[in-house]
Amino acid sequence: MRGSIRLKERAIEGALFLSALFSVFITLGIIAVLVFETYGFFKEVSIIDFLTDTQWTPLFSEKHFGILPLFAGTFLTTAIAMLVALPVGLISAIFLSEYAPDGLRAIIKPMLEVLAAVPTVVYGYFALLFVTPLLQNIIPSLSGFNALSPGIVMGIMIIPIVSSLSEDSMHAVPMGLREGAYALGATKLQVAMRVVVPSAFSGIAASFILGISRAVGETMVVAIAAGLQPRLTVNPLVPIETVTAYIVQVSLGDTPAGTLEYRTIFAAGMSLFVVTFALNILSYLLAKRFREVYD
Amino acid sequence: MKRSITALLVVITALIMSGRAGSAADLIKVDGSSTVYPITEAVAEEFQKTERGNIRVTVGISGTGGGFKKFCNGELDISDASRPIKESEVALCGKNGIGYIELPVAYDGLSVLVNPKNNWVDSITVKELKKIWEPASQGKITRWNQIRAGWPDKEIHLFGPGVDSGTFDYFTEAIVGKGGASRGDYTASEDDNVLVQGIATDPLALGFFGVAYYDNNKDTLKLVPVDDGNDANGKGPVLPEYGNIVAGTYQPLARPIFIYVAKKSADKPEVKRFVEFYMKNSGELSKEVGYIALPQKAYELALKRFERKLTGSVFGGHGATVGVKIEEILKRE
Repeated sequence: MRGSIRLKERAIEGALFLSALFSVFITLGIIAVLVFETYGFFKEVSIIDFLTDTQWTPLFSEKHFGILPLFAGTFLTTAIAMLVALPVGLISAIFLSEYAPDGLRAIIKPMLEVLAAVPTVVYGYFALLFVTPLLQNIIPSLSGFNALSPGIVMGIMIIPIVSSLSEDSMHAVPMGLREGAYALGATKLQVAMRVVVPSAFSGIAASFILGISRAVGETMVVAIAAGLQPRLTVNPLVPIETVTAYIVQVSLGDTPAGTLEYRTIFAAGMSLFVVTFALNILSYLLAKRFREVYD
Repeated sequence: MKRSITALLVVITALIMSGRAGSAADLIKVDGSSTVYPITEAVAEEFQKTERGNIRVTVGISGTGGGFKKFCNGELDISDASRPIKESEVALCGKNGIGYIELPVAYDGLSVLVNPKNNWVDSITVKELKKIWEPASQGKITRWNQIRAGWPDKEIHLFGPGVDSGTFDYFTEAIVGKGGASRGDYTASEDDNVLVQGIATDPLALGFFGVAYYDNNKDTLKLVPVDDGNDANGKGPVLPEYGNIVAGTYQPLARPIFIYVAKKSADKPEVKRFVEFYMKNSGELSKEVGYIALPQKAYELALKRFERKLTGSVFGGHGATVGVKIEEILKRE
């Protein structure tokens, strides 16, 4: 009897271990494919050209393999998105954690999180068919495809990531800290800004970086509304193309597998992976460095 | 845009239905050029109505190149093409043993378009188009005043079909002089509705696509007459209108468009009925969607060709062929 229970226990542990191992293997597999195809790519294209050429036209007769215009597009839309998501997300988090009564918090928080549940293709058409025409009333020189409108919409999409995670970490700040500050005569705003936000900093920073990773990796919104035109610029009013949008564009076409054109998407994907991986490490280090331990 | 959303819904519904209804209805699979799509779609709609839903026709828009790729892999019954089949595709079809029957369905005037707010362009020459689109212009010709003195010192935003598109192949062949030779720094999409949307919302835009997409969006686009500098083909700038295309003066951008029927599929009764229906109604329906119908005789000859299952291309498998006038189509049959 005892033996069979132990055996069962073992089997369950084994199954759990295998499923954990499974996702590790998938990750390793993805990295292996990326590295393999990227290696094939760099056998034909010099890495210096890849990093310094200012044009990206691998599908055309005048071939250039400079990734800079694509990353310019990615960083431009990401910067715009974060200009929207960071302040709005942080302020809503402070409001929800420090000001909102519990009843209101229980309603608003799930509602904010619904924003994250909207499919990104819907956000894409929302940017193209609603936000862009709206912005054109204010900025007449805005192109129909541009970085500004998908950037803003991406920011809206990312608000719940920032607000929800920041709010969680603010909520976890012990009441004792707040009460201590109140006892010293601090106002509610002072408590929020000088006690709660600094104490929750590691969580807030992690939410910021998660938001940035989300923006860097976002695909559908920019593929639909940003213009699919690789261009090295910081002007948010003209068509651009991001790394992710390029990968979509090539995957949708009939570029034959194994060609140099086909490998460009792996080189682009690898570069993107390096960037998001660096962001993840940064977030991990930040969280560790600024972690406040209460016990 | 609305159309592509509708198309998406249709596809989704079709997918759901196909899961449920199984093989209750015969299915004809068509894919390829987005230029030919409006005609094939119109024919398919009418056809499905007359067949009372017993035969289903799905029409995709992978571009001419994308369509031929699937076609030569035996995935399609019919491939829509806005240029004749080219060598690499002939080879692929040959390798896989796919015979094809080439049928011209209409004439297109490949159109050059700008935004209606553009008040400086009232015509453009073939030379200027070449200067805009040739590979050497990449990253260099970026402002309107570089193309013609007197045009404003403003950025030019270019829109065009992607490299899988037959329209792209034809345009580069006709304008730049070499099929596939184009600059790469423009907004490229195989979906013409994306190009329409881009040009309609950008005052600095210039782009090109099949005339049917202009026909559907006359209020939001401005059509530009093209001057080929050859007075034998009509003096001065010419618009892609019915009379000019029939008379052969809209050169070099007037071109025949095709469907390619797989020889194996031609034996299926539903495909046979569809192609016969296509040849009988294409004249009427191509006019309706904005293209130029071929003379009645051409459809009759094409139908005969289909009935005799004559495979191969009258264009010799060389891809985009510039300057084919309507009467030549008849001669080549």
